Amino acid sequence: MQVPAPFEYRRVSTVDEAVALLYRLGDTARLVAGGHSLLPMMKLRLANFEYLIDINELHDELGYVRAEPGLIRIGAMTRHRELRESAELAAAFPVFGDAERVIADPLVRNRGTLGGSLCQADPSEDLSAVCTTLDASCVIHGMDGERVVSMEDFHRGPYETAVGDAEILTEVRFPVRPRGSSAYETVERRAGDWAVVSAGAAVWLDEAGLIADARVGLAAVGPHTAGIPGIAEALRGQRPAEELWARAGDIAAEACDPVTDRRGSAAYKRHLARELTMRVLRRSVARIDAHIGGHIDGQEV
Amino acid sequence: MTTYAAGGHRTAFVDNDTKPNGHGRMLRKEDPRFVRGRGRYVDDLQLPGMLHLAILRSPFAHARVVSVDTTLAEAHPKVRLVVTGAMLAEKGLAWMPTLSNDVQAVLATDKVRFQGQEVAFVVAEDRYAARDALELIDVEYEPLDPVIDVRTALSPDAPVIRDDLEGKADNHVFDWETGDAAATEAVFARADVVVSQDIVYPRVHPAPMETCGAVADFDAVDGKLTLWSTTQAPHAHRTLYAIVAGLPEHKIRVVSPDIGGGFGNKVPIYPGYVCAIVGSLLTGKPVKWMEDRAENLISTGFARDYVMRGEIAATRDGRILAVRTHVLADHGAFNGVAAPVKYPAGFFGVFTGSYDLEAAYCEMTAVYTNKAPGGVAYACSFRITEAVYLVERIVDCLARELDMDPVELRMRNFIRPEQFPYRTRTGWVYDSGNYAPTMELAKEIAGYDALRAEQKERRARGEIMGVGVSFFTEAVGAGPRKDMDILGLGMADGCELRVHPTGKAVVRLSVQTQGQGHETTFAQIVAEELGIPPQDIEVVHGDTDQTPFGLGTYGSRSTPVSGAAAALVARKVRDKARLIASGMLEVSVADLEWEKGAFRVAGDPDASVTIQDIAMKAHGAGDLPEGVEGGLEAQICYNPENLTYPHGAYICVVDIDPGTAKVTVRRFVAVDDCGTRINPMIIEGQVHGGLTDGVGMALMEMIAFDEDGNCLSGSLMDYLIPTALEVPDWETGFTVTPSPHHPIGAKGVGESATVGSPPAIVNAVVDALSPFGIRHADMPLTPSRVWEAMRGRPTPPI
Amino acid sequence: MQVTMTVNGEEVTRDIEGRLLLVHFLRDHLQLTGTHWGCDTSNCGTCVVWLDGEPVKSCTVLAAMAGGHEVRTVEGLEQNGELDPVQRGFIECHGLQCGFCTPGMMMTARALLDANPDPSDEEIREAISGQICRCTGYATIVRSIRWAAAEQAGTRTTAEEPGRTVASTSGSAS
Repeated sequence: MQVPAPFEYRRVSTVDEAVALLYRLGDTARLVAGGHSLLPMMKLRLANFEYLIDINELHDELGYVRAEPGLIRIGAMTRHRELRESAELAAAFPVFGDAERVIADPLVRNRGTLGGSLCQADPSEDLSAVCTTLDASCVIHGMDGERVVSMEDFHRGPYETAVGDAEILTEVRFPVRPRGSSAYETVERRAGDWAVVSAGAAVWLDEAGLIADARVGLAAVGPHTAGIPGIAEALRGQRPAEELWARAGDIAAEACDPVTDRRGSAAYKRHLARELTMRVLRRSVARIDAHIGGHIDGQEV
Repeated sequence: MTTYAAGGHRTAFVDNDTKPNGHGRMLRKEDPRFVRGRGRYVDDLQLPGMLHLAILRSPFAHARVVSVDTTLAEAHPKVRLVVTGAMLAEKGLAWMPTLSNDVQAVLATDKVRFQGQEVAFVVAEDRYAARDALELIDVEYEPLDPVIDVRTALSPDAPVIRDDLEGKADNHVFDWETGDAAATEAVFARADVVVSQDIVYPRVHPAPMETCGAVADFDAVDGKLTLWSTTQAPHAHRTLYAIVAGLPEHKIRVVSPDIGGGFGNKVPIYPGYVCAIVGSLLTGKPVKWMEDRAENLISTGFARDYVMRGEIAATRDGRILAVRTHVLADHGAFNGVAAPVKYPAGFFGVFTGSYDLEAAYCEMTAVYTNKAPGGVAYACSFRITEAVYLVERIVDCLARELDMDPVELRMRNFIRPEQFPYRTRTGWVYDSGNYAPTMELAKEIAGYDALRAEQKERRARGEIMGVGVSFFTEAVGAGPRKDMDILGLGMADGCELRVHPTGKAVVRLSVQTQGQGHETTFAQIVAEELGIPPQDIEVVHGDTDQTPFGLGTYGSRSTPVSGAAAALVARKVRDKARLIASGMLEVSVADLEWEKGAFRVAGDPDASVTIQDIAMKAHGAGDLPEGVEGGLEAQICYNPENLTYPHGAYICVVDIDPGTAKVTVRRFVAVDDCGTRINPMIIEGQVHGGLTDGVGMALMEMIAFDEDGNCLSGSLMDYLIPTALEVPDWETGFTVTPSPHHPIGAKGVGESATVGSPPAIVNAVVDALSPFGIRHADMPLTPSRVWEAMRGRPTPPI
Repeated sequence: MQVTMTVNGEEVTRDIEGRLLLVHFLRDHLQLTGTHWGCDTSNCGTCVVWLDGEPVKSCTVLAAMAGGHEVRTVEGLEQNGELDPVQRGFIECHGLQCGFCTPGMMMTARALLDANPDPSDEEIREAISGQICRCTGYATIVRSIRWAAAEQAGTRTTAEEPGRTVASTSGSAS
């Protein structure tokens, strides 16, 4: 069995302690949360560090889903399973539930964290696409306090983020707007495999039932998980309709930049970008309708 | 007349009181240890002073080894030994024979010939240090052009891979043919309809959950080597080690403890086993080697890798006349196929399938490429997987051409019951079969006609649904000594049975379980013959010091060969017991009647002795009948008269998402006929496992290479195996057509489903896609490949 | 470094390297060899143990990370000489063949039934979807877990039909 190269193990129990230690050790150190992306790479010796700083004890401090008016905050150490089980999250952003059904497998989801997923910055990673779709922003803690960056700025490229050597991602914030819903869909060759293509969508309607805003995020079809601004522009002010989803799908297919690999041909992935974009937009609006309709009827759907 | 009865595992939830005294559903005797985590696998073994071995492997598919510098590795404080190919060459151990009379490098000396080939090994105090030290070995390679595409391996400008072989100037391994070329050509020339189809069976890997490994322990004082290893054939391995290493055979003990799945992967001898032996010889300590998953996938026995053209000739009204095929076989860098010597293509000769043909012909060329060696593994019944896939695909192509229902076409061409024993056009003698009832039962369970109606409705709604059928006949239980041997070792199997004074027994087998439940099934076989309850029969296997010689478990051969040996050795004991009983009851043997577990005097219901009474008498005081020795035991070496030929009918239902082209196996019906059924629960389990293999191969499994020969499937992230979410709740049924020559009528079943399921699934997908004008698509049918096929852009797997 | 954790209810302390994987700690240092390993990439699930009550892949957890925490392995399933219903279910329903994936499967099954005493087939299949079995084809594992659910709920009956097998007899016996 493959084993990691030697390193020194450290454990911290507060964010401040983590930042101080990172500051001292510099780029020879790496944080480990769930470890399900990092440890396999270390076992394959694709990644080697002198120090590994275990931040699992921060779960008490950073494991939460907090709903506030207009905002949901999720602690970076919140585990996939907790994201899936959160009722607040399910109510505000069904896209999380959709995505958490297909990320890796239930055992990995017991350990893996939101922060770990985002910081791994794998272009096929699902939660990055979800966060992009929901226009999330990331709270990064360093020696000089915290700063907040958008998802666009957070992802610098494949496996590269805005988090500096002596910094730690502590929280992800999601704006909550009225009359919105969201959905996620993926195609994978097999359960637990990385996505061939994934798409997330979030749609908000105005009181007249026109699209106030719409966002789509894709995974595995470009160098990093990408939101597609053109879709929002094309959909805003329009009435939800099949032709509209088709147009959005075309924009998604046009905007993405897939490569042929063992998961599929570039042409197929481009097709999926279109197909899945249509599906998630359609489902997002259906969910809004069900929700609003449910309230009109006095019952949830 | 076919009768239907509910049965089988409807009784699955009945309490643990199902204790047949012989054949029947019986819970497994091995399970209590496994569910407690007390199985004992090779890597569980920890011996005092044990060292750990790790192997450095080639990053290149084809390269000259210029130099190997081990200085830094040797300086590692925990390293005890570093060995290179040059060092092995000095001892004459750098090369070893393969199971196909080729040679394979233990550690590379001149060149590396596939990515992952063994180059050097390290022995260290713990497994982490051994792994670390590999990084300290500096190998200089001079990369050479690799041969990756089997179709260009024989072109004149292709680099010669095996320049180690005297006078070798190309990459040719062998040519092989079977059947009658001229007769087949004549039939094709006059046929109404001829269909031809290129079909690729991609390279796949058995990937048992436990990787391969060994613990070698050489005792320098008594000169004895004990090797615990993941082997499906401990006796054959012992003999080969004696030949390779020059150790006397009586000083070698090979133990195959609990094995975490084999599927053919653990038949060959791998360089790692030899390295472990060398490591122990040189350090005087026990040495453990366990490969990691990447090593398992990139270097050990793969399966398939046949590029085939199938042709079928028929009359317009659906009478199949002849089948012809041409095969290009990729054997990798060393010909390591594990098959009987006279059968370089295994039992591919049964590509005539279950059909009564006028003629058949196959010609095959095997070539070397810069890929891992192997070729017969993954529950393939010695290439029957490829043969059945070919014929069942091509028959479906014919059905499409004739616009005939695929079940109807098959039924019309089956070998009829009265034709058995049936000699095929390629010379195989099918022992028994009754195909139509098996096919009918599968149709009935599936609700075939309703499925076709449903398909019509769904198509009208724009949905994509397919129904696929396959029917297979296997040839298992190698094999008769007159025809079959591996490196000169006959494929017979020994069995010893001892009944102790109190009537408990121990039966010693030459075959070895890797999960098939031998400790249960073989106790039941003996119980059925002797009437000693299976709980009172200990099954000993997997240890060459404890068991008689035999060739091991693969090719579904345990029940056909060793199972027959167990039944016959029990009958031999029973014959002796009859003599003793005649003395005890003071009657002649002719007056004795056997009723399971006891001899009775004919006509005198009160006069009887049980087998337990007889056992005590055999070991006890007092005279025995004249000429009868004390004790109650026997041994046998069983030479099968013929192979056994199980058959089955499979029906698969798939749905394909029109938007994503993702295939879902909605239902799978498997009706198997493996002759007499010893333990239906275990048989069902064997079938379920094979069906899952089929889903894997049909939809996702493949060992892929890039043009430089880099293996792209070196982890379970890249080599996909089905999970519980990709497979349906299997629907099984059975018919029983006993083998006429097997003592209890049993045939093998371990590989039936692996053989039969891939064509059913592919036929279902192709059936689903027929509105798109598609007649064939190569495995694995991933969403992308299906989508490309729907657009008329078939993507070859290689 | 020194690590202390609770394994199957007993506190253990060992000197280890920081990089030691939990699976090797259990197998090589504590001789608890019921927990297996089958890959290097956390795909196969033969290494599943409980960490603080949740099933995890112990090949992807450092032993050091488990320090101060509670680990339960297959060896801790049997209580007071009584097999867990999950263990009995696997025996009764032929939920294992080579036995290599079995400990991991059972640890997941036990956790599933603790959280959801009456899971559907779909829920069972999803729960074990991060684990590979090469022998059984999963159907009998699903049945085994359902058997255990019924057993501990006291609702197990012999009338339950776990699948469908149909028999036909043809040909002539020798």
